[in-house]
Amino acid sequence: MLATLASSPGRPMKADEIAPVVAPMEAADRRETRQYLLLLLPALLALGVFFVYPLCGILLRSVYKNGYTLESYRQVARTSVYLMVIALTFRTAAVVTLIALLLGYPLGYVLATVRPRLARVLVVIVVLPFLTSIIVRTYAWMVLLGSNGVVNQYLQALGLTHQPLRLLYNQAGVVVGMTYVLLPFMVLTLASVMRGIDPALVRAAHSLGANRWQAFRRVFLPLSAPGIVGGALLVFILSLGFFITPALMGGPSDVMIAMLIEREVEFTLNWSFASALAVILLALSLVGFAAYYRLVRLERLFEGLG
Amino acid sequence: MIGAEGQRTGPGTIGVVAIAGAVLVFLIAPVAIIVIVSLSGADYLSFPPPRLSLRWYARFFGIPEWRQSIMVSVQVASLTMLFATVLGLAASLALVRGRFRGKGAVYAVLLSPMIVPTIITAIGLYFFFVKLKATGSILAMAVGHTVLALPVVVIIITATLQGFDLRLELAALSLGASRLTALRRVTLPLIAPGVVSAALFAFLTSFDELLIPLFLAGVEVQTLTVRVWNSLLLEVDPTIAAVSSFLIGVSCVVLGASALLRRRTDV
Repeated sequence: MLATLASSPGRPMKADEIAPVVAPMEAADRRETRQYLLLLLPALLALGVFFVYPLCGILLRSVYKNGYTLESYRQVARTSVYLMVIALTFRTAAVVTLIALLLGYPLGYVLATVRPRLARVLVVIVVLPFLTSIIVRTYAWMVLLGSNGVVNQYLQALGLTHQPLRLLYNQAGVVVGMTYVLLPFMVLTLASVMRGIDPALVRAAHSLGANRWQAFRRVFLPLSAPGIVGGALLVFILSLGFFITPALMGGPSDVMIAMLIEREVEFTLNWSFASALAVILLALSLVGFAAYYRLVRLERLFEGLG
Repeated sequence: MIGAEGQRTGPGTIGVVAIAGAVLVFLIAPVAIIVIVSLSGADYLSFPPPRLSLRWYARFFGIPEWRQSIMVSVQVASLTMLFATVLGLAASLALVRGRFRGKGAVYAVLLSPMIVPTIITAIGLYFFFVKLKATGSILAMAVGHTVLALPVVVIIITATLQGFDLRLELAALSLGASRLTALRRVTLPLIAPGVVSAALFAFLTSFDELLIPLFLAGVEVQTLTVRVWNSLLLEVDPTIAAVSSFLIGVSCVVLGASALLRRRTDV
């Protein structure tokens, strides 16, 4: 798979390319095909009943309230508070994406270019937080950033501030926490694309007289573009649907779409409105992932795990 | 580090390595600090802790509610592991071996729970199970987590199957084994490390996940993550540091086990 990517880093890959291991055999095995379809059935049935059907339920609820109506969507469009929540969600997602890209690019680069043995060790440092529960990672930052938290203890001990700084329960806290949680996605996406860049191309640039910066900017950077766009899209889309981190680390005004959905379901009990918000969020996510999938295959994030 | 690779040298090597190093510290430090802080003997969380003790662990394992939550989480995660691995293994065999139209679409459907924001899957299932009056049950939570874990299992097992030499199975067939026997005696033992690894990740997916049980849990039946969530809404209780370290430990075990399993496959 790596070799395929190396030859054409930007080429969209389709799921059909899951290697057809079986060479075409002459026997007309329609029976075999039927057996394989039978093997697929349980998984598809489970997803149909417990995933697709509930999603359709949300879709239906969003347009049905004592008869078919687009009232819930109109309510979103009409109410400035909801529009502000959506705007804040987009802004937070954009800031998180930008910071994750700036932090993730150098690390992705190093992971992709160091000796494989060292890379395997370093990847563990990226993957361990990646596999740790989001709520644990959020809690860790609450401990670090709280007014009696580790960061404030050190700032005061060093005499940099006399009163504890307010690092938590505001927009800054949300951005730090979300960047932390999403950074591994960015790093793993970038590294998987960068590993496919043929180092000979950079060498060729050097031999043609380019200095390091020129070789990077004119050769490596453009070749890593699918990783940049893919990683940014992935982080941006995941940010849009974020719930746990902003709910725990944000202040009362830092409400994101997912938090609004949860409130409407749990407290306001306005299910058709919650459903309309969910449909909007879902539509945004699906468009983003369709774009991401054309650039990087999702399963490649897991290549270090299997 | 990069210099050792010679030709691969990139721009401002030392600067890049320094930034990458700092980002690695940024990634691992919070996890490490939580584990260290959880060992604190003080009444509040300070780093480094003034003295070490296991008092927060004693509290965590001593309070019946927390113990009960561990049991709930283990039950939900075990059921999830069972469901997701069985469904995922069967589907992966079909995806890698079968030749049928619409394979790409099937694959996309199987991965789609990864793409849909979990909050949406969670409220969808909440509406669904409320109608059936089935919220608050371990089974409902396990079903929800199976949906989330299925893509992980399918990704890991299809990758394993692609690395499997089909000639071994064909050899068994040519020696007179039935398809089922060949699968059972040749293929499954050879792909077992990948399957076990997939099962472990399915377990972890469930064990770590909050949103599905947040909507589907009952007052009596709460997973560890839900109990952590509820207590975090009130205060930053140091016991949570011990609970968090426990969860980090489970992640480490899964990561370590899967690394060992992969090494076994490589040989």
